[in-house]
Amino acid sequence: MKDSKIIVTIFGADKIGIVAAISQVMEKYEVNIEDISQTTMQEYFVMFMMCDIGKANAGFSDIKNAILEKAQSLKMEVWVQKKEIFDKMHSI
Amino acid sequence: MFNFKVDDILQTINMIKMHHLDIRTVTLSLSLRDCISTDINETAEKIYNKIVKYGKNLAPYAEQVEDEYSIPIVNKRIAVTPLSLIGESAKNPDYVLLAKTLDKAAHEVNVDFIGGFSALVEKGCTKGDDLLISSIPEALAQTERVCSSVNVASTKAGINMKGVKRMGETIKKAAELTASQDGIGAAKLVVFCNVPSDNPFMAGAFHGYGEPECALNIGVSGPGVVRAAVANLPKDADFGVVANKIKSIAYKITSTGELVGRDLAKRLDIPFGVIDLSLAPTPAQGDSVANILEAMGLERTGAHGTTAALALLNDAVKKGGTMATSYVGGLSGAFIPVSEDAGMIEAVEKDALHIDKLEAMTCVCSVGIDMVAIPGATPAHTISGIIADEMAIGMINKKTTAVRIIPVPNKGVGDYAVYGGLLGEAPIMPVNNFDNSVFINRSGRIPAPIHSLNN
Repeated sequence: MKDSKIIVTIFGADKIGIVAAISQVMEKYEVNIEDISQTTMQEYFVMFMMCDIGKANAGFSDIKNAILEKAQSLKMEVWVQKKEIFDKMHSI
Repeated sequence: MFNFKVDDILQTINMIKMHHLDIRTVTLSLSLRDCISTDINETAEKIYNKIVKYGKNLAPYAEQVEDEYSIPIVNKRIAVTPLSLIGESAKNPDYVLLAKTLDKAAHEVNVDFIGGFSALVEKGCTKGDDLLISSIPEALAQTERVCSSVNVASTKAGINMKGVKRMGETIKKAAELTASQDGIGAAKLVVFCNVPSDNPFMAGAFHGYGEPECALNIGVSGPGVVRAAVANLPKDADFGVVANKIKSIAYKITSTGELVGRDLAKRLDIPFGVIDLSLAPTPAQGDSVANILEAMGLERTGAHGTTAALALLNDAVKKGGTMATSYVGGLSGAFIPVSEDAGMIEAVEKDALHIDKLEAMTCVCSVGIDMVAIPGATPAHTISGIIADEMAIGMINKKTTAVRIIPVPNKGVGDYAVYGGLLGEAPIMPVNNFDNSVFINRSGRIPAPIHSLNN
């Protein structure tokens, strides 16, 4: 399903366990992680995850709130957005 | 292989987080023609029920969409059929009652503004138009969220100068009845030439006569994003480069608006109407149209060259935006309100920008003299003169122009009108005080222009 793809972007100071912590949330909600990339921007760590929530056991809003909560406990900033916004904005 | 571009993701987040990219408004445009009745109380009841029925899901669904794309939708609004038409058949007409009904419905469905306390009188008034215009000051003073607009001129009909005279008086009275709030009544009232029927922005939104039963119209924004892009260009980049940069940003802004609009319309199960390709500033630092002009190389907005810079900006926004959406409408262009734009306020404070230059800028911007505060002692005929000039620009140049001006009661040049929120605050600007009363009192219409001999 095209509109079941989401992009999770996480910003913050690099530390051990970020990928594991976010992945645990995804596992709990049966969200399929399709792709992961990471980079550093100035001194910040930035991680991108492309996920599919089409077969998840909860809706977008519950999954987003769980990810936000987890990121907050790690003192990371997180954005959870439907992938379509990037597709529309950056392609003709 | 990673199958999305991380730079695109970062750019989108940056546009929203750092440069105030937002959807300025989602406006439900709704016909009230089936609410007409011979009894005004019945009309009011039908209006309330219809607005609540169609509007109840707008705010909650808009919040869902906002959450899913992480893009702010700043305003949720409703625009209805010009009420002059809806109240006209009643044996006991009462337009203030209808305004209160709109306000009550707007509160019930939790929208920020409701537009359509309106009349189209470019050739003259019907009985309903006449009564509605008389009721505007009281209606705006007794309601919170109702917005009013009156079209007094068009390229095809000319300028209804009797209407212009009346609107000068109406604006003055609307401000006086809301004196304790710096004349906010006048900030919710706009006078148009060539008014569009599908504009999602306030105070001028209404549901035009040729529109379907209902539709969702979207107003995008993003002056902060355009300013940042222009500021990042080299100082010697030529105008072709500047225009192309603005076009590419306008494309991105508009395609986001299209996505949000279509998604929300689908959820509401109503047709998607138009996207208004507008750069609408807010008082937030950096979210300013004036700052875009300054990023092109003007020390202050108002410097000679400002009108040319605005012309380039307005046209490039339209060109880029048109590529991104199937249906464009509304006002489409760059707004130049004073109180809602920190850069414009600063330009006025530094004595760089005066009302005459603003008037010149309206020849090439999307609308007109907008959110300009003037001394409360300004006579009604002077306000009518400002309206007449603006209407003439619209009529001759076949464009929409408008006046939203506030004669701030008990305040003069050097004082400020303070409204807060998106309406911002405005330094009071001087007007030309030479007398125009004989001109304004002539009545009749200024005839529509000839369209050959275009000089």
